Amino acid sequence: MLIKIAKPSDLHESDVTPESIYLSRRRFMGGMAGLGAGLALSGHVRANEDYSDVPAGDAPTWLREKISDTQWRAITPSNPEKDKIAPFDDASGYNNFFEFGTDKRDPSRHAGSLETQPWSVVVDGEVNNGGRFSLEDFAKPSQFEERIYRLRCVEAWSMVIPWLGIPLAEVIRRADPTSKAKYVRFETLVDPEQMPGQRSSFSIIDWPYVEGLRLDEAMNPLTLLAMGMYGRELPNQNGAPLRLVVPWKYGFKSIKSIVRISLVEEQPVNSWQQIAANEYGFYANVNPQVDHPRWSQATERRLPNSLFNSNTIDTLMFNGYGDEVAELYAGMDLRKHY
Amino acid sequence: MATPRVWLLWRIGVFLAALAPLVFWGWQVAINAAGPEPGNYLLLNIGIGGLWMLLLTLSLTPLTKLTRWKGFALIRRQLGLWTLAYATLHMLSYALFILGLNWALLASELVKRPYIIVGMIALIGLAVLGATSNKWSMRRLGKRWKPLHKFSYVILGLVLLHFFWVVRADMQEWAMYAAIAALVMATRLPPVARTLPKLRHRLSRA
Ligand code: HEM
Repeated sequence: MLIKIAKPSDLHESDVTPESIYLSRRRFMGGMAGLGAGLALSGHVRANEDYSDVPAGDAPTWLREKISDTQWRAITPSNPEKDKIAPFDDASGYNNFFEFGTDKRDPSRHAGSLETQPWSVVVDGEVNNGGRFSLEDFAKPSQFEERIYRLRCVEAWSMVIPWLGIPLAEVIRRADPTSKAKYVRFETLVDPEQMPGQRSSFSIIDWPYVEGLRLDEAMNPLTLLAMGMYGRELPNQNGAPLRLVVPWKYGFKSIKSIVRISLVEEQPVNSWQQIAANEYGFYANVNPQVDHPRWSQATERRLPNSLFNSNTIDTLMFNGYGDEVAELYAGMDLRKHY
Repeated sequence: MATPRVWLLWRIGVFLAALAPLVFWGWQVAINAAGPEPGNYLLLNIGIGGLWMLLLTLSLTPLTKLTRWKGFALIRRQLGLWTLAYATLHMLSYALFILGLNWALLASELVKRPYIIVGMIALIGLAVLGATSNKWSMRRLGKRWKPLHKFSYVILGLVLLHFFWVVRADMQEWAMYAAIAALVMATRLPPVARTLPKLRHRLSRA
C-alpha cells in the first residue's frame, strides 16, 4: 500500500476523493451506460472540476470507463503552492519526443496522426506469464490512480503533471518473473511511416528507443505506467497510449508509446547511454551534484516561466522523492552511477 | 542606373528585413505564443538567426563576383554588424533568461563548458571585427585589415562547432547549415574564386 511508503516528506496520500462523491460518480456512470456509449463519449466523465478547460480527447469507451473509476489525487505534492500543476497546453505542447522531431513543439505538431487504437503490448523475457495483450486487457486488472508528480527534464527544466495510470509493480507481479529477472527493458513503437523522426537519415538514435530499470526500481510504488493525464487519456505527443513515469529520474527515462516490456537478466543499454554515455547514464537519478557536461543540474527552471522571472529553483536530490527511493541506492556511488 | 537615393532605400530595406525576425519573435513572446519558456525560445531562435546573418554576410563577396551587382558590397558592413547584434542578444538571452542573471554562475559557466567557451571566442571575434568595421580603422590598419577580417571564416567554424556540440538526437538541421557554410567557404578557394567571374560571363551570354 502506498500509504505505507509515504513518509511525511514530500508526498502524502491525501485528498482521496471522498467516498460519497466517488459513489455518486459511479452511479452517474451507471446511468450513462444506460443512455448508451454515445453519451459516455461526450467527455463529461472527467469527474474532476480542475480539468474543465482541458480539451476532451478521443479515448475508447473502455479507457473512459477506467478513467472515470480513477482513485483521484492518490499522490499529491506536499506543497501545492510551490508545485503548481502546469497548464495542459504547456504539458502537451512543449516536450521532447524525438520520434516526432527535435524541436520541443514538434511532438504536438506531428504526433496527432499516430494510430493508438488498437494497441498491444508484449510482455516477455524472464516471466512465466507473458504474452501479447491488448491495451484494454493489459490495464483491466488494476484501478487507475491519479498521481501529481514533478517531472524534471535532464535539460534543467521541470513541470508538475497529474498522471493517470497503474503501478508498474502490479503489471510485473502479474507477469510472474522468474528468478533470473533482474532488470526491466522497455521499447517504444518503431513505425517510420507515422514517426517522422525515425525516417530521418541524420538521426543519432538507433530506433527503437529503449529504456530500462532495475527490478527493484520498477517495483517501487512510485513507478507508474501512465495512460492518461489531466483527467483524460494521454495526448499522442505525451506518449500515448502507454508510457512510463519514474518521477525521481530525469524525464528521458520515462519512455513513451511502449510496445514491449521485457524482464531480463542483463542490464539493458538505454538509448541515451548508447548515444552519449558520458552525458547520460543508466540510472539517471535526478542529482543536483552531478552536472551534465554542458550545464549545471543544481537548479531547474520550473515551467511555465516568463522573461522577467526564469522561475529558477533548487533541484532536489531524487527530485524530492528521496524518502521513497534513496534506500534503493544505499552504498552506491551516485557520481559514478549517474 | 541606380541613383544614391535607390541605394539608400536598398540599405534601409535590408535594415528592416534584418530587424524583422527580432520584432516577430518579440511579438510572439508578447502575445504568449512562444511556449512555456519564452527565454529559451528567444535564445535558440536568435542563435540560429545569428548564424544566418553570418552566412549571408560571407555570401556577399562571392555574390558580387558572380553578378558584379554593386548592392551586395553596400550592405556588407551592415550585415556584419547585424551578426554581432544577434550574437550579443543571443548571449544576453542566455545570461538573462537561462541563468537568471546569476553573475557568479555566468562566470563559472563561461570557463567550464567547452561549447560556451567556443561561443564566447566567436562573440569576441565578432566584436573585434565590428569595432574595426569603419573607415578610420581601415585606414589605420591598412594592409592588415583584410587578413584581420578573414578571421570571420574562423568565426564561422567556431559557431558551427558550438552548434554541433548542442545537437542532441538528430544532425539534420546542423548538417544543412554545415553544407551551406561549406558552399560559401568553397567559393573562397582560389580556383573557384577565379571561376566565378567567368561563370558570370557565361551566364550573361546564355
Ligand atoms: C558567449 C557566447 C555564447 C553563449 C553563452 C551561447 C549560448 C548558447 C546556448 C546556451 C545555446 C543552447 C544550447 C542548448 O540548447 O543546449 C546555444 C545554441 C546556439 N548558439 Fe550560442 N552562444 C554563444 C555564442 C554564439 C554565437 C556567436 C553564435 C552565432 C552567431 C551562436 C549560435 C548558436 C546556434 C546556431 C545555436 C543552436 C540553436 C538551436 O539548437 O536551435 N552562439 N548557444
